Amino acid sequence: MKISMIRDLLDAEVLCCEESLDNDVYSACGSDMMSDVLAYVKDQAVLLTGLVNPQVIRTAEMMDMVCIVFVRSKRPSEAMISMAEDDGIVMMATEKRMYDACGTLYINGLIGAKAVHV
Amino acid sequence: MSDSLVFHFDVDGDNFTSAGQASTQVKKNLRQLGLSPAIIRRVSIAMYEGEINMVIHANGGTADVVVTEEYIEIVLRDSGPGIKNVEEAMQEGFSTATDSIRSLGFGAGMGLPNMKRYTDSMKIDTVVGEGTTITMRVNLN
Repeated sequence: MKISMIRDLLDAEVLCCEESLDNDVYSACGSDMMSDVLAYVKDQAVLLTGLVNPQVIRTAEMMDMVCIVFVRSKRPSEAMISMAEDDGIVMMATEKRMYDACGTLYINGLIGAKAVHV
Repeated sequence: MSDSLVFHFDVDGDNFTSAGQASTQVKKNLRQLGLSPAIIRRVSIAMYEGEINMVIHANGGTADVVVTEEYIEIVLRDSGPGIKNVEEAMQEGFSTATDSIRSLGFGAGMGLPNMKRYTDSMKIDTVVGEGTTITMRVNLN
């Protein structure tokens, strides 16, 4: 799925790195607990979260993720947007709640990553 | 890469916002060395979890990363409260973090287990009331 399709499906506002919207992604995860993101999934490219702090971007960076979607109309600070820009991570915000956002992406083909430990 | 490379960082314990900066820098350094993405990810996640732990529980500390031809070693030192029961602390889901820490996305009791999971060896030296030193290695071969 192209990142631009995530934007369209979630009716999301892109906050940075629009130049990467044409990139393909193959899996995603949704969580507000960053340690769970770091533990249970790998090779996923998209993080959906309702948590808004700089550690969300650091977590995505550590996991080599390329897109962060903030759900429930959460808005990152300008400093966070700047961090994501530096890392080349597309950030977007949607009004949809976590369950609806994940479900919408899933039924359209963006599966969850297998829970594989390294 | 014939000699060991050493990176040293001071981890600020007063600033949750900056937690993870050392891990971010190590990740960049390892990329420049041309190491495999899988190795880089394991090292940076383990170090990141440790860095977060130092900020949450121990008011910061130091991080030293040594890169040799055989392995990458991460040594995290703090002068925090120490770990009362290491076996308990290694269990997934066990945490002494406060609700305010959980509201920041951490404190789920996954930090130490994640650090062990992503490294080939992990040693915890801790003295209650004095501090903790965690030594982790990721083998390159």
